[in-house]
Amino acid sequence: MSSSAYSPVLRRLVALLPAGRVLTGPAQLAAYESDGLTAFHARPLAVVVPETQEETIAVVRFCHAEKLPFVARGSGTSLSGGSLPVPDGIVIALNRLNRLVRLDPAQRVAVVEPGIVNLAVTAAAQPHGLHFAPDPSSQPVCTIGGNVAFNAGGAHCLKYGMTSNHVLGLKAVLATGEVVEFGGPSREQIGPDWTGLFVGNEGLFGVALEVTLQLLPRAECFHTVLAGYATLEQAGDAVAAVVASGLLPGAIEIMEKLALEAATAAVHAEYPPGCEAVLIVELEGPREVVAVERGRLEEILAASQPVEIRPARDAAERMAIWKGRKSAFSAVGRLSPDFIVQDGVVPRRRLGEALRKINTWSREMGIRCANVFHAGDGNLHPLILYDGRVDGALQQAEELAGRILRMCVEMGGSITGEHGIGVEKRDYLGVMFAPEEVDLLRRLRAAHDPFGLANPGKMFPESSAPALAQSGLHPLEKSGVISRE
Amino acid sequence: MSSPCQPATLAELAEAVRSAPRVIAVGAGTKPRLAQIAGSCMRISTAKLTGFIEYEPSEFTFTALAGTPVREIAAILAERGQYLPFDPMLGEAGATLGGTVAAGVNGPGRWRYGGLRDFILGVRFVDGAGRVLRMGGKVVKNAAGFDLPKFFVGSAGRFGVLGEISFKVFPRPAATRTLRLRAADDAARVQILTAGAAARWELDAIDAALDEPAVYARLAGPEPALGGLAAEILGRFPGEELPPDEARERWRAVGEFAWAPPGGSLVKLVITPLQLPEVAAWVRVQEGARAWCSAGGNVVYVARPAGAAWPASPWPGLRLRGDGELWLGPRRSYAVQEAVKATLDPEKRFPGLEE
Repeated sequence: MSSSAYSPVLRRLVALLPAGRVLTGPAQLAAYESDGLTAFHARPLAVVVPETQEETIAVVRFCHAEKLPFVARGSGTSLSGGSLPVPDGIVIALNRLNRLVRLDPAQRVAVVEPGIVNLAVTAAAQPHGLHFAPDPSSQPVCTIGGNVAFNAGGAHCLKYGMTSNHVLGLKAVLATGEVVEFGGPSREQIGPDWTGLFVGNEGLFGVALEVTLQLLPRAECFHTVLAGYATLEQAGDAVAAVVASGLLPGAIEIMEKLALEAATAAVHAEYPPGCEAVLIVELEGPREVVAVERGRLEEILAASQPVEIRPARDAAERMAIWKGRKSAFSAVGRLSPDFIVQDGVVPRRRLGEALRKINTWSREMGIRCANVFHAGDGNLHPLILYDGRVDGALQQAEELAGRILRMCVEMGGSITGEHGIGVEKRDYLGVMFAPEEVDLLRRLRAAHDPFGLANPGKMFPESSAPALAQSGLHPLEKSGVISRE
Repeated sequence: MSSPCQPATLAELAEAVRSAPRVIAVGAGTKPRLAQIAGSCMRISTAKLTGFIEYEPSEFTFTALAGTPVREIAAILAERGQYLPFDPMLGEAGATLGGTVAAGVNGPGRWRYGGLRDFILGVRFVDGAGRVLRMGGKVVKNAAGFDLPKFFVGSAGRFGVLGEISFKVFPRPAATRTLRLRAADDAARVQILTAGAAARWELDAIDAALDEPAVYARLAGPEPALGGLAAEILGRFPGEELPPDEARERWRAVGEFAWAPPGGSLVKLVITPLQLPEVAAWVRVQEGARAWCSAGGNVVYVARPAGAAWPASPWPGLRLRGDGELWLGPRRSYAVQEAVKATLDPEKRFPGLEE
């Protein structure tokens, strides 16, 4: 495209940066129209691909001066529509701002730029026996910048916390253009936790430029057990018994029947026959500790009326258990043209009740719904199947999703455990928080972004509909690279 | 209702905040510098704002009023075999939950699973306009809204008064063992701290004494597992296992700052493990100074007798006790920090961060 085809504002933007940083061709923009929440899409004015922190700062300052809305984006794996573009704004794609700035194995710290992929941090740390703990299932492609913006979780949150618990400090350019540096390489800090406030801002405060991460030593020993149950209640009771025993497993996961069938079909996972639910519990730690705890775990599970217990006998069997678990979502997704995933949280003791309700509604409404969840922390992941080509199907699916979210709040939980509010759940912010609390959130946003330019349309209820609906799997999902959970 | 300075409910707390042009909350006064404000400033005591709102052992969560002493919380959690893994400090001295959060001071156990910021789930607080607001949640996992609960850790009462606080808790390990490892000099201290951090042992705590040649390492877990781990550590670093009474007394002294000269000043310095030799040298040239390095070499507490003059600190610090500036060392300030202050406290009813 010749420069004369650019609008005046885009001409000024192009002039600001080295050649090739601003993409405006329809085919180029198409790749950025949607994220992991495939039901929505929108075409931005342009996509800017900065390669340095200075360029990123210049772009954000330009947006501030021009009152141009912007959406920062990593790999676009958000399940809440967190990186959905805005039609009158630009996307700042951070994939090339991806350097590992510093790796300090002795003090177990990594300083990275936002575009680095989650698993690349662990890959760099691994030769030193270290890893980055947060493990969202999109970790082969999702970026640290996105993890920071949405405080990403994973399967190990009960014991190790979420992304925020592993971010020691950061440098960011706020929507005002101000460049800030909070925290640092120490695990201790003083003063208000500005770093903690920034993590999970859903892109509404600004753009992270550099993130200081804590690395943990990899556990010496793992012991993973899969147990099948005739009913979901029995699996839920087993979780309660494990938790009450004083054990602190690294992960406690449950898969329901539909997910088991799908995983069997997709990756040939094998589960005990005749099970409505499968429980996965993983212990980890020094070998002496695991040796004691595995005996305790076996006693508890043996008393929980399982159909069958299958401890992983070696690393290969452990990997097979996790492969089935991690593939479950994309596997279920293949049963349907479209699906949406919720990630509401309920108190753990009410998991059984919550799942009964979901299943009842699912039957009543004639909508298939599969459940795989982080049982250890009460984090549900109902996967609601629909066909976007059928009139009203998306609305029906959203209606079921809405009932589930309200139920989570009524039970004293949360509308989101790890995906964030984004576009998807913005109408439910007011279900979880009182009007004056939503107002406080808005004012905190304004303190960082008075013009509302950074990732507009996310988190807060708005009158306008976000975007058009489309149908089908995310391209990365089709290729099996990512899954939604 | 009770005296306006000793509210017993959140509604009374909000009323107390609205009742004066300048206010600061105080708990048990164990970190007095935080509430030592020049000029007229009404002190709101949380002494009557005590007790559990809810405690669900099966959920690993509790919610308590901000004035509840951490010692009481620890005792109730212990009855159900649970604990706050960051070893809340100054329990015997009466420290409250709210004061602990506001000061952002963690004990040695923060080493293993993290500190206050990693276990706080939600808050109900009173902002500068006297409104009772809730942020965060009561379940162990929640990503809804901005993380104001974390922000309040270390906020020193400058942005709001905490009314009730929700925390995640963990099952308490069945047994502990404490090892005293010989560290001839600061280089040896650093070596043990960094090696201990990287090893397979998953230490529960690892602190360095600065006025004895020792690093203290604590193991926690099932009793049958600890003997082998302790033996392996002692095989690598010479030292001895402390008898249970001595171990208990050692960690009590750390948790209560019992080693600090009474009536003197006390500061928290934020460092990284490799900075320890430099920090230790800085401490040693100061008359009467004593210090304790905690959290695997990420923090040093320094105490000096009353009246001693402090040189400028090269490391960021917070003064918990004694006269002088609240913050030490290099600081950064940004326009957004003023904007957030104006959001939560538009009339500047709470002191500024610099006061």
